[in-house]
Amino acid sequence: MAEFVMPSLGADMTVGVLAAWRVAVGDRVAQGDIIAEVETDKGLIEVEVFETGVVERLLVGEGEKVPVGTALAEIGPATVPVPVPAPVSAPVPVPAPASAPGSILSAGSSQVDLDGPLASPAVRRRAHELDVSLQGIRGSGEHGRITLDDLAGVGPRARSSASDRVRISPYARRIAAERGVDVSKLSGTGPRGAIQASDVRSAKASRPSEPVSPAERMQRAIAAAMTRANDEIPHYYVEQSIDMGSALAWLRESNASLSVNERLVSGVLVLRAVALALRKHKLLNATWQGADAVQSAGIHVGLAVSLRGGGLVAPALRNTDEGSLGELMARMTDLVSRARAGTLRSSELTSATITLTSLGERGVESVTAIIFPPQVAIVGCGATVERPWVVDGQVVPRPIMRVTLGADHRVSNGHQGSRFLTTLDRLLQEPEKL
Amino acid sequence: MTRDEIRSTLLRCLTDVAPEIADEEIEDDADLRDELDLDSMDILRWVQGIHKALGVEIPEEDYGKMTSLEGAINYVAARV
Repeated sequence: MAEFVMPSLGADMTVGVLAAWRVAVGDRVAQGDIIAEVETDKGLIEVEVFETGVVERLLVGEGEKVPVGTALAEIGPATVPVPVPAPVSAPVPVPAPASAPGSILSAGSSQVDLDGPLASPAVRRRAHELDVSLQGIRGSGEHGRITLDDLAGVGPRARSSASDRVRISPYARRIAAERGVDVSKLSGTGPRGAIQASDVRSAKASRPSEPVSPAERMQRAIAAAMTRANDEIPHYYVEQSIDMGSALAWLRESNASLSVNERLVSGVLVLRAVALALRKHKLLNATWQGADAVQSAGIHVGLAVSLRGGGLVAPALRNTDEGSLGELMARMTDLVSRARAGTLRSSELTSATITLTSLGERGVESVTAIIFPPQVAIVGCGATVERPWVVDGQVVPRPIMRVTLGADHRVSNGHQGSRFLTTLDRLLQEPEKL
Repeated sequence: MTRDEIRSTLLRCLTDVAPEIADEEIEDDADLRDELDLDSMDILRWVQGIHKALGVEIPEEDYGKMTSLEGAINYVAARV
């Protein structure tokens, strides 16, 4: 059996709030499935599971704040046979142990839950329809089995003593957190009394607003990670001015023949070029693990996205070196939209193998960025600006982008960093090959 | 389609791209890139939204005419 723990979604995270479960006890899950939502300084994150199996127990309730590493659920092997639905009266051959304190057993599954109260699938289904938790119901059947009769007269889960769970959408919960509204004091107008965003908006903050706003919390988290990076990582920097003329001309020409939904932006060319350059310069595509750098198998470029309300996240675009440019563009658009909407997935926050930061097309000309631990390199792009440039002995105006590599001296040296930027420059001169 | 209808459609498409601007008053002549911190990906998504909502195809070379709400309304009004 495996424990599903509160993940560390970045070097700066120490605690997280389990905002919502997406699975119930008895559900089968496969590696990569989103099974929970966790509220962090980076917003609401969809958390994926690493194991394939069956959810045996949920150990932490929605709304609970727990340290990183805390067991949230137990995932059993997928090979555990799920008993065939038995007639209501037939005993199910499993013991009925007392469930762990604080465990939350959902009635949402029609499968038999090996650790929970005894009840037939029909009873569980009925309990789900009634929104009743089986937890805490005394069964009148054989071995304390809960029968359909036992369900009658039990209040809905929201009001039952077995659970203080508040029905609320993740979106409404986020608004409530932002506004300092205590959701346990609200009555919802949604289905089955669920609290909706409109309920939160019309409620006054019923507790004194937290001294620290989400934006401030995020800034503190960034500060913690960057302080650690500055303390631990001996950075060096190399910079190259790259003539973007060929890339932009190719992009213009290519976009002219594409429908509006297929067009690319220059950022996707840079993103792909960085990924392809890393194929040649693998030292920079790694993470620092205690005493050594470990080269990463895949190239997952983290894209620094500044959030309009303040703050910064750098989710990963997995396998950035693979697929067509059109596909990469679609994935990048999706990732940036979700970063801004606050619906990133846990793997996207933890799997980046290098970071790319661009300070916008109308911003400054260069950026010397700080490495995001445990990565060992970061690429910073300034705005592309028209500059006098010497081409074939003539001074001509060209669109120039200054690219700065910050890298970890424990892992690579300036020479290797320089070769990486030279490769990046060369790749951007042949955009049709990206 | 009236200018007001076009304006509200363009604003709705813009809000889809940048939900956090929903409550902001946007001056018609303000530069959207400065005012709302829009980058080229945002502009592209806006143009895609306008295409979907109104069927107006805006080539990349005309993006320069879409940098303010007023410019965008004029551009679209001439084509719907």
